Amino acid sequence: MSAATRTPRPPRTAPTGPPPAAARPRRLPRPTPGGVLAAVLGVFLAVVWLMPLVWAVLTSLKPEAETTAVPLRWLPLEPTFAAYQAVIERGDLQRWLLNSVVVSVLVTALTLVVCVLAAYAFSKTEFPGRAWLFALFVAGILVPPQALIVPLFDQMSVLGMVDTYWGVALPQVVAPVMVFILKRFFDAIPRDYEEAARLDGAGHLRVLWSVVVPMSGPVLAAVGIFTFVQAWNNFLWPFVATADPALMTVPVGLGTVQGSYGIQYAQEMAAAVLGALPLVAVFLLFQRHVVRGVTDAGLK
Amino acid sequence: MSPSTATGRAAGAPAAAPAPRPARPARPGRRRASLAGLWFVLPFAALFAVFLVWPMLAGLWTSFTDRSLASPGADFVGLANWREMLGDSAVWQSLWTTLVFTAISTPPLVAIALAMALLTNRAAAGLGWFLRLSYFAPFLLPVAVVALIWEWMYQPGFGMVNGLLTAAGLAEVAWLTDQNTVLAAIAITTVWWTVGFNFLLYLAALQGIPSYVYEAAALDGAGPWQRFTRITLPLLRRTTGLIVLLQIVASLKLFDQAYIMTNGSGGPGYAARPAIGYIFEAGFTGLRVGYASAISYLLFAVIVAVSLVQFRLFSRKGETA
Repeated sequence: MSAATRTPRPPRTAPTGPPPAAARPRRLPRPTPGGVLAAVLGVFLAVVWLMPLVWAVLTSLKPEAETTAVPLRWLPLEPTFAAYQAVIERGDLQRWLLNSVVVSVLVTALTLVVCVLAAYAFSKTEFPGRAWLFALFVAGILVPPQALIVPLFDQMSVLGMVDTYWGVALPQVVAPVMVFILKRFFDAIPRDYEEAARLDGAGHLRVLWSVVVPMSGPVLAAVGIFTFVQAWNNFLWPFVATADPALMTVPVGLGTVQGSYGIQYAQEMAAAVLGALPLVAVFLLFQRHVVRGVTDAGLK
Repeated sequence: MSPSTATGRAAGAPAAAPAPRPARPARPGRRRASLAGLWFVLPFAALFAVFLVWPMLAGLWTSFTDRSLASPGADFVGLANWREMLGDSAVWQSLWTTLVFTAISTPPLVAIALAMALLTNRAAAGLGWFLRLSYFAPFLLPVAVVALIWEWMYQPGFGMVNGLLTAAGLAEVAWLTDQNTVLAAIAITTVWWTVGFNFLLYLAALQGIPSYVYEAAALDGAGPWQRFTRITLPLLRRTTGLIVLLQIVASLKLFDQAYIMTNGSGGPGYAARPAIGYIFEAGFTGLRVGYASAISYLLFAVIVAVSLVQFRLFSRKGETA
């Protein structure tokens, strides 16, 4: 497992630790029959996995009349962007995309700030009740928020937070597993660094910001990316917490207001493609980071 | 929150991984106790209290009342909700649906992920990025997009799945409107959507196996099949255990795709209404918050029990890593 990504970057001056246990994929000097077979099977599976996406994109480029033709044709006879135009003209989707951006950025930023602060306190400071509070948070990892959806909604309506951005975002910030992951990473940062800074008169916030955070790039990226993907794709809570279509996120809007598309499959697929685009674009741009973030944060 | 879950989405849950092993900080020297740390913990603790602990306690209390969304206030009704729940066949049907879904979706989600990881690890380096992209991309789609695409593909007549079936000379299947196939259809969609996550976990584990292990085995005359069964599989045991448990917990939380793909109806004969689906209905359609809370606690107990098993696995790993 990519141990290297989880350990703090070694200080530039210090000797590097033991080399990461050969974490390199085996390289085959020339194609062997096994390698060729693996490639063929691998590509076959990839084609099967891509087929629904290709089908959705091709459908979105057809005129409505063509979508329900039997027998089915893969390629549109007369390719057109009419479906995209119709979706964009209706305007809902742009609104939902904007809401998704607001909510996901809010959730990610708050999660990072709040969890980093807590993890630092658990890792680097001593205060009364530290042990049992940490135990309580770790126990919180076991709580499935989805099962608490009804009591949570009841409480949010008491607080008057239904149909607000905060109401959608705040419950998603409570991710005790992220505190746990961050603490474990901070624990591995040698004490000498913070102590040197403390001797120079730096306060805890200063130590956190100028010593711990700069050494924690990989884990912060992992937690941030993972949180963002989860917030972007979360359905149940945003669905329960919003009744106003103007506040819906992409998954909620597309999942519940699809009636408004009637049986216009080309438009449905165009909306699906547009709704999927942002995260797929992020993935294409930062493939390596996303893969690492999901593996690292998901693994713990 | 389930990244899903994939809510089926398998993430967010705690699981095992080797602890960072580098320069171990010297633990012994005690730090001076101060209140500074408490301030740092406060923001998270406050959110934790308001959005997790409070609903948990309030939910437990509510389950002993006749609280309704239709009217303010609530009266204590003792164990009435709990007694009703035990006799409510819809509760047991929804739990059963959830278990069946878990049973039919977990094996392919593990086996296909392993196959994908093995193929990617074995295929030429130039192909790696393409395979990773193809297998993992669906995981990044919002559930609503997944549901829209698959509802369209499952359409009778002009849907792609039935189109392929007819082209192959087979009979069409009424995927989402037949109570015998609707859950399987949702499971197939879920496998397509979330297998990429398990694939990444397997791939990371495979790439952590040092090549000299295989070279030594090859020198000893082990064939490819022997290397797979004697080296690869045993070394992946922990990862497999982890994936299976993550997957089970995620499947127990099934809701999103089942709800959207049946347009909130639960499917023909409620054949695709999982436990959370019934909680949702009792609470938000029936407005009976008290009753829904009682069912929540039943599901809650099941999930925590499964998670505890997972947690034990995790702590054991922590010791040996």
